[in-house]
Amino acid sequence: MDTDILTEEPQAMIPRRRFEKVNEIIERNGKLQAVLIPILQEVQAEYRYLPEEILTYIAMVLNLSPATVYGVATFYAQFSLEPKGKYVIKICDGTACHVRGSDPVKDAIRKRVGLKEGCPTTTDLKYTVETISCLGACGLAPVIMINEKIYGQMTPQAINIIIDKLETEEGDAK
Amino acid sequence: MNTLSVDHQTVAIKNEKSLLELIRNMGIELPTFCYNSELSIYGACRMCVVEIEGRGIVASCSTPPAPGMKIFTNSPRVQRVRKTVLELLLANHDRECTTCEKSGHCKLQELAERFGVRKIRYGERDLKLPLDTSGKSLVRDPNKCILCGDCVRMCWEVQGIGVLNFSNRGSKVQVGPAFNKNLAEVDCVNCGQCSAICPTGAIVVKSEIDAAWTALHDPTKLVVVQVAPAVRVALGEEFGLPAGEIVTGKVVAALKKLGFDKVFDTCVSADLTVLEETHELVERLENPADLPLFTSCCPAWVKYAEHNEPEFLKHLSTCRSPQQMFGSLVKKYWAKEMGKKPEDIFTVSIMPCTAKKFEITRPEFTTDGIPDVDLVLTTQELARMIRESGLLFHQLEAASFDTPFGFTSGAGVIFGASGGVAEAALRAAYEMISGKVLEQVNFEEVRGFQGLKEAAVNLDGNEIKVAVVHGLGNAKKLIGKIKTGKSFYHFVEVMACPGGCIGGAGQPVAVEKAVKEARAKGIYHADILSQLRKSQDNPIIAKLYEKWLEQPNSHEAHATMHTKYITRGRITGEDIQLLTSKHQQKLDVAVCVGTCCYLKGSYDTLQELMRRADQAGIGDQINLHATFCLEGCSQSPSVRINEEIVGGVSPEQVDSVFTSKILNRSQR
Repeated sequence: MDTDILTEEPQAMIPRRRFEKVNEIIERNGKLQAVLIPILQEVQAEYRYLPEEILTYIAMVLNLSPATVYGVATFYAQFSLEPKGKYVIKICDGTACHVRGSDPVKDAIRKRVGLKEGCPTTTDLKYTVETISCLGACGLAPVIMINEKIYGQMTPQAINIIIDKLETEEGDAK
Repeated sequence: MNTLSVDHQTVAIKNEKSLLELIRNMGIELPTFCYNSELSIYGACRMCVVEIEGRGIVASCSTPPAPGMKIFTNSPRVQRVRKTVLELLLANHDRECTTCEKSGHCKLQELAERFGVRKIRYGERDLKLPLDTSGKSLVRDPNKCILCGDCVRMCWEVQGIGVLNFSNRGSKVQVGPAFNKNLAEVDCVNCGQCSAICPTGAIVVKSEIDAAWTALHDPTKLVVVQVAPAVRVALGEEFGLPAGEIVTGKVVAALKKLGFDKVFDTCVSADLTVLEETHELVERLENPADLPLFTSCCPAWVKYAEHNEPEFLKHLSTCRSPQQMFGSLVKKYWAKEMGKKPEDIFTVSIMPCTAKKFEITRPEFTTDGIPDVDLVLTTQELARMIRESGLLFHQLEAASFDTPFGFTSGAGVIFGASGGVAEAALRAAYEMISGKVLEQVNFEEVRGFQGLKEAAVNLDGNEIKVAVVHGLGNAKKLIGKIKTGKSFYHFVEVMACPGGCIGGAGQPVAVEKAVKEARAKGIYHADILSQLRKSQDNPIIAKLYEKWLEQPNSHEAHATMHTKYITRGRITGEDIQLLTSKHQQKLDVAVCVGTCCYLKGSYDTLQELMRRADQAGIGDQINLHATFCLEGCSQSPSVRINEEIVGGVSPEQVDSVFTSKILNRSQR
């Protein structure tokens, strides 16, 4: 029956590993209501977002109501209930970056990664593009941040070079 | 002596916890939305502000009194702040007062009027959020929410459920169930206490008045109405009479004038409940099993147990609630006697309760497609119908209930107050066990407003331990104690609403405890006025058994007066996908990680299943997921393999279940 097997996808095993991770995270932090936020942070690091069913699961384990956990998860900007891309590109739109042209940079990024109007994340879950208020690097304005790395003095042209490089690295990794 | 001054008047500080309490005790009615003596202090609405010399404006509800404070409750600054707060709340509030269900009982409307707000400088709300009409009992309108959090704290602190909470942040804050779900999709029990405490029309009782009028105006229907015990001591409040005044006769008269063909008393079926339930209790005492026996009259409690205490469902009395027993009596027996088909009779009940609206829709209470009870109206809805029809309530001549369901014992009446069901059952149990006549019928220990009432009653040498709780939060605590073996009882009465049915969410709005106390007094007074005090003495009940039901707990009574319960998950939602099969012929395996199963180690079961699948090399042939409730809680941990639910799959059992049910169906 091997013909039935679709193309091998290494990602197929990810959900399982992650659910084990959720339990690991809960066990490590302790089943205490006071550690809800650290648990959510670690779960988000694992899944890149907070899936509804995992939040329900966490609520049950910590003996909280799902509505309470949902309240906490929607209160903090650091948490996302929508899946985020592998690369999260944050465009600073603080005063300094704004006047130095963060808007054209944003447009260039959205165009380059092929984002539809109103969607923050690409359909292949590769890129998420969002604006934030200040990265605290005003001297380098306009600034963007891709995952944990800061890029200063951005221009629409520079964007292409950076994303080209990301794509190449991605290809090498495969 | 510690003193402070309020508006230049020196006042002694006693034991007041907050300035609000102290100032209100002086006879100054500080306005507030979010302060309620039954709930925790929240300090969000900023209406109760006062000015303290040297400190400026503070919220009096969350400021303790301190000696030497100079407080002003009506200074220009205080006045300005309050008015601005009101204006801001109104700017963000759907101001369609005239068509609002809560009009006339709305605290926001009342305070806007009291403070003479005539203009709102901040424009209007432009965002229209959808209404939640999914539930049978309640309607949520987020456009009218002022974010006082009263419902949130009521649901969590008093009821121990926590269906509602705040979500999002800043201007996007909303109050609602988890994940923006509807009330019908979560573990809401329809007790309606959120709507009772909501100062605006953001959560209201679903009105069925139009359907009631339609039935009354339909000449082909015989419209029969039953009136619950708690209604008779509260309806008068809607017409300016004091709380607790017994207005039974006027209620009957009003219902007859509104056009109901027969007006019956739910207390009759309450008497019947007492006999059925007490027999069940005596049976369980004789052959000790599934003790304590929990009452099942309260539909909110029943739904709570179905969501949260699946292992305790076998402890619930199988008796239908008095409302449903009544529906059954009318449609299955009385209809025949009247020469009517069940579908030609329309039964309405007047209830203090919002959960009763949900109860009638339970499939167990529909026979051959015809509901036993067609419609539930709350006390408030009846008041509205009386007003609509122009009847002057206080001038109505008292009328009597119709036969055959019109004569009740006092035991049936006290069902309306917390402790009443237990007391009625004790009056019956004593005589049933001892065979002697009970002279002293009052069981004072189970009366009153204490959250948990306990009594050890000597029934002719047998000591029966009884507990009475009201407010589901108290029930939750008590069940915790029973589970851990800290407490033991033979019989437990649970009512979801504080005070019992007299404090139901369908009653006239009453935040003050004094009102509920007056209603309870009225109920016990009605008991004293009754000719008969014990359900077993009611000749109507004897006749019901003689004519239709044979004897308590007979086969016939079981078929029409008893019911069964189901387990319900806490929230609807998706499963957690763990393994995805790549074969066409796949095996679907779901492990329940709902509360009950999780506590019994279903997570380890899951791990063990995955390990075994790997070991056998069939991980890619199984669709494995964790799901939230397979509704097989009594034999948890449960696993569903394709369509079959297998119970009792503890981690140790995985090996045999895996070999017998999974491995042989796989393809290797």
